[in-house]
Amino acid sequence: MPPLPESVPLSWYLLLSAVLFALGVAGFLFRKNIITVFMSIELMLNAVNLTFVAFSYKFAAVDGQIFSFFVMVVAAAEAAVGLGIILTVYKNKSTLQIDEINSMKN
Amino acid sequence: MDAVLFLIFAFIAVVSAVSLVVQTHPISSALSLIGVMISLAVLYLLLGAEFLASAQMIVYAGAIMVLFIFVIMLLNAGAEPKQKSKAKLAKWIGIPLFAIFIALMSYIIQSMLPKTAGVQFGAFTGGAAQEVGRSLFTQYLLPFEVTSILILIALIGAIVLARKEI
Repeated sequence: MPPLPESVPLSWYLLLSAVLFALGVAGFLFRKNIITVFMSIELMLNAVNLTFVAFSYKFAAVDGQIFSFFVMVVAAAEAAVGLGIILTVYKNKSTLQIDEINSMKN
Repeated sequence: MDAVLFLIFAFIAVVSAVSLVVQTHPISSALSLIGVMISLAVLYLLLGAEFLASAQMIVYAGAIMVLFIFVIMLLNAGAEPKQKSKAKLAKWIGIPLFAIFIALMSYIIQSMLPKTAGVQFGAFTGGAAQEVGRSLFTQYLLPFEVTSILILIALIGAIVLARKEI
């Protein structure tokens, strides 16, 4: 086993972010529960935030962290509205499985 | 020490993200997502973003995930039914393809970035609340104010959606 480097390169952070984003996409595409799909979206937003913060370190500028902060605020607003929509859908359809919510089909 | 901390928390983040995707019960997925968020907060600290790390803990892992778990409990969401046999083929092809995708992506990221010094904890200290606040209230003042309107709209939307007669 090679010895650990003293400090990790920036690309490891970007790679971790890419892996988390890909896992979020996989969860978004393959899961059937609407709440889990919504949580996969939050995972993708978090992965993008990590990229912003990593580049903020790289360029020694705080702007990336500000963008990440705005993403966080938008995610909070999105969670409030999205969970309201999920509650309304459940009230009308009595299901959380996305393949049973198909009233727009045909 | 930096590398050890990064590897530990990156491992926790990836394992929690995989657990989010493969768990059948939404509560288990939500708890895995909290694991991802807390380990990402530690990575933000390693990158020198102190304010963002605390905001991640308070806003994401605190407020947003409590909202999620509240809705899961309210709707009494149970485990998903088992997938049909079509999913088995997808699993056998999908996991190797996912591994190939990750390997390709790591090669591209490694070759795109110039070779520079690694991430050193404490090398960038511009992420404290003072610097973030100064930038937020001077250069990014207009987006900050627009955000407040966005939050107001989301508030009204959530109230309208939660009414009885929709």
